[in-house]
Amino acid sequence: MSWANAVDKGILLGGFYALLACGLSLMFGVMRIINLAHGDLAVLGAFLVWTVVDHTDVSPFLAMVPVLGLMYGVGYGLQRGLLERSLRAGVLVPLLTTFGLAIVIQNLLLEIFSPDVRSLGGRAGAVTTASWRITGDLAISELGVLILAVAIVVLGGLHLFLAHVPAGRAMRATAQDVDTAELVGIDSRAVYARAAGIAVAVAALAGAFLAIRASFDPSSGPTQLIFAFEAVVIGGFGSLWGTLVGGMVLGVSQTIGAEIDPQYSVLAGHLVFLSVLAVRGRGILGAREAIA
Amino acid sequence: MTVLSIEGLDARHGLLQAVRDVSFEVAEGETIALVGANGAGKTTLLRTIAGAHGPAAGRVVFDGSDVTRLRAYQRVRAGIALVPEGRRLFPELTVEENLLVAGAHAGPGPWSVSRVVEAFPLLEPLRKRRAASLSGGEQQATAIGRALMTNPRLLLVDEVSLGLAPVAVDAVYRSLATLIESGATIVLVEQDLARGMAVADRVICMLEGRIVLAGAADELTREEVTAAYFGLRSGQEAGA
Repeated sequence: MSWANAVDKGILLGGFYALLACGLSLMFGVMRIINLAHGDLAVLGAFLVWTVVDHTDVSPFLAMVPVLGLMYGVGYGLQRGLLERSLRAGVLVPLLTTFGLAIVIQNLLLEIFSPDVRSLGGRAGAVTTASWRITGDLAISELGVLILAVAIVVLGGLHLFLAHVPAGRAMRATAQDVDTAELVGIDSRAVYARAAGIAVAVAALAGAFLAIRASFDPSSGPTQLIFAFEAVVIGGFGSLWGTLVGGMVLGVSQTIGAEIDPQYSVLAGHLVFLSVLAVRGRGILGAREAIA
Repeated sequence: MTVLSIEGLDARHGLLQAVRDVSFEVAEGETIALVGANGAGKTTLLRTIAGAHGPAAGRVVFDGSDVTRLRAYQRVRAGIALVPEGRRLFPELTVEENLLVAGAHAGPGPWSVSRVVEAFPLLEPLRKRRAASLSGGEQQATAIGRALMTNPRLLLVDEVSLGLAPVAVDAVYRSLATLIESGATIVLVEQDLARGMAVADRVICMLEGRIVLAGAADELTREEVTAAYFGLRSGQEAGA
């Protein structure tokens, strides 16, 4: 494998990380909640897609559709039932709440699905293994391109939603000043719940792609959370497009690390993350606005 | 006809009782100037009426129905709009977005972005500018416009002229005068007694959370209001 190959793999991997991270970024940007259960919610999404595929034998890509709707509801309900209450008690309580939620989700998944490692790669058809050969030893994975395209569509869609749709505008206003948002007629609790719904649905989408491109088990969540965190911090907290840049920087660091020695893959990502944090604490595209 | 009726309202900030047993009524089309020294409870009173601050006791009756338990956004939709102290625009939204975001849940009524810009011509060239980049007067105009976008039946304006250049104050008051002529119902908090008394039908003076003087603006003298303002005995005989 050549260096060019490592870079192109890294960029595509970055698309996956961006997808994983953008829900985390949205929840922090809108309601200042750091969702420590984000990775586990993604894995929960993966298990739900796996369950649908197992019972109906449809393609995982089709099975995602009802799961995304369901997970939007899960996010909405979590915010209304749990996080909204903990937000009233200050900024630290939601952090503890989501930490507890992460443990609950992991253990429920373990109880229901056993610790077996699973993958949906075999059920997703030829796209998981197919690639376009550019030159002799440079190949681009079709699945990687698909995931990157989905990430761009999701980020672009979120951007357009926030910039031009009334509900998105209300979300930005609420993110900037929640008390004043209420004073102009915005139901801030509903806005928060919608943001949580979108964040959890997108996390589930990322989880489904995790299941297709690799493997997962009930304890996969925390690792995914760390990657999502690193992507968000490298790109700049609260900046949606920064999340894509951060994901790509993380992805390329990992694949180049792996090129040096397969053991260095994750370590290289961590090192780049720590260097960005040390040199430029607010990330590459550090946001002036809460969500842009 | 009574639009707003406040009955025995108490409001607290922790142990501090900012509003004590306040009762008054606002009639349709009336303009009331709420005056009083710093810390008299004017801002807390307005915020409690708007639903941004929870009352400790008493009732807020708007348009015949008790809104005391309603949250701020529900009161906005019922027709109460507050221009908060310090303007509180959404800093990263443009002027136009600040207006649109408030208009999204508006009841039926005359106000639209173009109407607001007509009423505040200084906003026309600023529509695409970020609110954070505006001057104080421009921000106040946007904040009043934003409140109007909800088509309120009752407009509460906190600290109309605080922190504004005299020219900007003139511009804001010209626009307010147009509003008042059109029959709007307004309660405004004003530090500048002369200005407040000039535009208002009625003046309510607060001291240490209580109403110490209330009366028609043209029947009260500046001296009476000043005395009540500082809590001198002679001002208290008029009562609420």
